[in-house]
Amino acid sequence: MNRPSRYQPVRDEQAELALIARRFRVLIVLVLALLLALGWRYGHLQLGAHEQFAARADENRIRLRALAPNRGLILDRHGRVLAENRPAYRLVIIPERTQGLEQTLETLSGLVEISEDEQRRFEQQRLRSRRFQSIPIKSNLTEDQVARLAIERHRLHGVEIEPYLTRHYPHGELLAHVVGYIGRIDARDLARLDRDQYRATTHVGKTGIERHYEHRLHGSAGLERVETNAQGRVLRVLERVDPAPGENLRLTLDLELQQTAVEALGQRAGAVVLLDVATGEVLALVSHPGFDPNLFVHGISQTDYNRLLNDPQRPLFNRFLSGGYEPGSTVKPMIALAGLDAGHVTPSTRVFSRGWFQLPGHSRRYRDWRREGHGWVDLELALAESVNVYFYQLAVDLGIDRISRELALFGFGRATGLDLPGEQNGVLPTRSWKRATFGEPWFPGETVITGIGQGFTVVTPMQLAHATAILAGRGHTAPPSLVGGLQPVQMVVHDEAHWAAVFKGMEAVMHGPSGTARSVARQVPGRWAGKTGTAQVFGLPTDADGNQRRDQSELPEHLRNHALFVGFAPLDEPRVAISVVAEHGGGGASVAAPVAAAVLGRALELGY
Amino acid sequence: MASVALPGQLPRLRLDPWMCLFLVLLLGFGLIVLYSATEQNVGMVWRQAVRLGLGLGVMLVLAHLPPRLLQIWAPWLYVAAVALLLATVLFGVGRGAQRWLDLGVVRFQPSEAMKIALPLMLAAWFARRPLPPGWLALGFSLLLIGLPVGLIMLQPDLGTAVLVGASGATILFLAGLRWRLILAVGAAGLAALPVLWLNLHAYQKSRVLTFINPERDPLGQGWNIIQSKIAVGSGGLTGKGWTQGSQSHLEFLPEPHTDFIFSVLAEEFGFIGVVAVLALYAAIVLRGLHMASACRDSFGRLLSGALVMMFFLYLVVNVAMVSGLLPVVGVPLPLVSYGGTSAVSLLAGFGLIMGLYSRRRFMS
Repeated sequence: MNRPSRYQPVRDEQAELALIARRFRVLIVLVLALLLALGWRYGHLQLGAHEQFAARADENRIRLRALAPNRGLILDRHGRVLAENRPAYRLVIIPERTQGLEQTLETLSGLVEISEDEQRRFEQQRLRSRRFQSIPIKSNLTEDQVARLAIERHRLHGVEIEPYLTRHYPHGELLAHVVGYIGRIDARDLARLDRDQYRATTHVGKTGIERHYEHRLHGSAGLERVETNAQGRVLRVLERVDPAPGENLRLTLDLELQQTAVEALGQRAGAVVLLDVATGEVLALVSHPGFDPNLFVHGISQTDYNRLLNDPQRPLFNRFLSGGYEPGSTVKPMIALAGLDAGHVTPSTRVFSRGWFQLPGHSRRYRDWRREGHGWVDLELALAESVNVYFYQLAVDLGIDRISRELALFGFGRATGLDLPGEQNGVLPTRSWKRATFGEPWFPGETVITGIGQGFTVVTPMQLAHATAILAGRGHTAPPSLVGGLQPVQMVVHDEAHWAAVFKGMEAVMHGPSGTARSVARQVPGRWAGKTGTAQVFGLPTDADGNQRRDQSELPEHLRNHALFVGFAPLDEPRVAISVVAEHGGGGASVAAPVAAAVLGRALELGY
Repeated sequence: MASVALPGQLPRLRLDPWMCLFLVLLLGFGLIVLYSATEQNVGMVWRQAVRLGLGLGVMLVLAHLPPRLLQIWAPWLYVAAVALLLATVLFGVGRGAQRWLDLGVVRFQPSEAMKIALPLMLAAWFARRPLPPGWLALGFSLLLIGLPVGLIMLQPDLGTAVLVGASGATILFLAGLRWRLILAVGAAGLAALPVLWLNLHAYQKSRVLTFINPERDPLGQGWNIIQSKIAVGSGGLTGKGWTQGSQSHLEFLPEPHTDFIFSVLAEEFGFIGVVAVLALYAAIVLRGLHMASACRDSFGRLLSGALVMMFFLYLVVNVAMVSGLLPVVGVPLPLVSYGGTSAVSLLAGFGLIMGLYSRRRFMS
C-alpha cells in the first residue's frame, strides 16, 4: 500500500498469504476436475459413441438422388409408334440466380404467356424447393417461344431453357381411349406407386394402356449417391447406377384397321371392337369420338376440359369399356344355340309369325319389327329376318334360367378381362339378380323380351365382340388382350350341328335374299356372317306392348335407338370377329352393318 | 521460473517465457484451425493474425505498466467502462441484442472492456483492506459487481454477464469469502433459479429448453447442438484430417469459425487433437494460477487469479457448449475463435498477469 489512507487497518500478512494459498489450491483442484470432466465428455462422444455419430455425419452428407428412367414406347402390331418420347423444352427458374423473382416473372410474362395455372404450380413448387434448385414454370415451349426467349437471354438471369423428354401421342384422338395418357403424379397416384421407383418421375399413366402397363412402361429408376451440403446443394456425385428404360410395348392393334373403323363411323358416336378369333388379340378398338390425349400430358386447361365435358357426343366417355347397351337382336344366335341344345327347336322347326306374340292368359302383345309378321319361319329365316316372335316363343320355352346360363357362357354380366382399366361388367339378368336389385321376383313377360336382348340385359361393345368371337370360334377363343399371348380355351360346348345351323342363319343375314344386312355383304370378300341389333334408348314413350311406336326417323337424333351389329369372317374358318355400336343410328342394318363390313373387309384385305 | 533477464543495459523484459510459449503455440494452432474453419479464406486468417498481433502488442505494453499506476487508474477505468456500457444500452447497435458501440472507425463491445475493468476495480478495492473482507467491504464489492453485470444483462448478453460476474466471484473467493457464506449464496442462488427463469428473455428460455432436449427443435435451435455433437463424435480418435471435416465444410455446423470452432477442431483432429489443445489450455491456466499466487501483494494475486479464472471459464463454457453439456450462450473459444475484441482483452489480461508476476518478491 503506497497511498496513505485515513485509517490503516491492522493486517496479518502471514494469515492472508496462507488463506489465499489455500484458495488457489482449491481453484487448481477445480480446474483439473473440470478439465477431466471435459476430457471425459469428449472421450464419450469421440470414442464411445463415435460409430453412431460417424453414421449420422454420413447420413447428413450423403444423399440418394433418384434418376427417372425413359418411358417405354407404345407400338402397334407392325411397330408403328402410338406413344413416343419427344424432346421438348421447358422454361425453368433458379430463384437464387435471378435479380429479383418478381421482376423476372414480370419480364417473362411479357415474352411468353404464363397462365394462372402455371403460376400457381410454380409458386407451390417454389415453396417446397431450395433457392438453388431449378423450378419449371412453363413446359412444352413452342419453337417460336424458344427463339424469343433465346434472344432475350442476356437480361433474364436465373432463367434457363431446359431440354427434356415429353410424352407425345402422334395419332391423338384415334387411340385416346386405348393408349390413354400420362399425367402429373398426384396424391392418389402416390398412394399406389412404389415411392422409391417414382422419386424422380413426374408423370404416370392415368388411363388406358399407359395406366394398365405402367409397371412395364416405366422402367426402373437409377440412383446417384451424391454429397450435399446442409442446404441440399449437390457438391459431387459419388456413385451412379443408370436407370433402366421402360419396355417398348407392342400392342396387337393394327393402326390401319383402327383408322378404317373411325372413318367408317364418320360423324357418328359409337364403338368398334375387332378381335382375332383364335388368339383373342384386339385388332381394332374404337370409341368415337375420341379426344386429344396430348392435352392431358401437361395438364389440360379448364377451357379445353370444359369443352370436352360439354360436348354432347361425350368424347371422354369410353364406349367400348364402359358403355352399357342393350344387346337387342344380337343375342338371338345365342338364344338359338340354347334352344337347339335344349331340344325345344331343331333347325327345321317352323314357327308362325303373325306380327305379335302373347303369353297364354295375358293380354300384352309382344311385337315383331315387321307389323304384318314374317309368316312361317325356320331357324335360318328367323335369324336372317330377325323374327322376334320365333325368339319370344323360344325364350318362354327355355325359361330365364336356361337363357341366363347360355348368356353367361358367352361372357355376359362379367368383364372380359381386357388389359385396360375401367371395364364394366354389364348386366346378366337372372332371378337372383332381379331379387337382389329390385326386391321382386322374375316375371314371365321379362323372359319374353330377354329372348330378343331387351329388358334388363346390358353389355359393353367389348363383351359383345368377345361373345361374337366365342361364337365364331364355335366356343373356342382366347380372352381378349391388347398385347396377346393368351392361350385359347373352350368356353362353350355345343353340338357341331347346332353351331352349323346358327352359322347358316347368320350367313343368311348377309347373303340370304331377305337378310337384314344383305345390302353390305359384298363389301367383304367371300361368305361371312353377321347379326343386326337395335338397342332402345331409354326414357322414350312406349305403347302398351313396351314397344316404341314412333318411326325412328321422325325422332330427333339423340333420342333414336342405337344401331348394333356383330359379325365374323370368313364364314368357314372365322378369323376375325367384330362388334359395332353406332349410337342413335336407328336400325342396326343401315348404320352399324356398313361400318362392320368396311372394317372386316379391310381386315381380310390385310390378310387377317 | 525466472523471468527473462536480457544481458546489457536494456530494460528488463517483463514477459514470462513459459506463458509466452504456451500462448504462441495456442495462437498458432488456432490460426491453423481457423484456416480450415473459414473455408481456407486466407484473407480472414490474415485479418485475425493482425488482430492477434495487436493483442500481443497490448499485452507487451500492459506487462510493463507499473502495478501502482493500475491501482490508481482502476476506479477511473471502471467508471469509464460502466459509462460505455450505459451508452451501449442506450445507443448500441447489433442484431437482436445491443452489444456494439459504433465509434465511427471501429465498433467494439464495451462489455469486453469490463472483463478487465471489473477485476481491476475489485482487486484494487480489496488490496487496501485486510482479508478476509469485512461486511461493509463485501457489500460495496457486490455493488461494484452487480452494476456492470446488470447492464450487460440488459443488452442482453447472458454469456458475457456470466463471465464478468464469475470474474468478480473469483476475486471474492480468493479474497477469502467464508465457506459458510459461499454455501449460503449457492443455496440462495438455487432457490432463486425459478425467479431468474421468469425474468429470462423468451429467446434465452428457449435456448435453455432446447439445451435440455435438442431434439425438441432439431431443425431450429436444436440444430446447432445436434450438428455440433455429430461433428465432434464423428471425428473419432484421430479425426478426419485438416480441412476434411464434412460437418464443418458442408455447412452443417453453424458458425464454424466463431463459437463452434472447437467442433471443427474436434472433427478434423479427433480426440487426440482435443486432448492436446485442452492440455495446452491446462498449461496456460495452471501456469497462470501459479504466477498469480506468486504475486507480491493481494492486488496482484486477486487480479491475476480473476483474469486466469475468467480465461478458464471461457474455455469451459465454450467447450462444454459445443459438446452439448451447456446451453448455447455465445461464448467464443478463448484466443482461437475468429474475432478481435475478446482476443485483445484476453491478451491484455495476460499482459497484466505477466507484469505483476515479474514484480514478485523472490523467496530466498
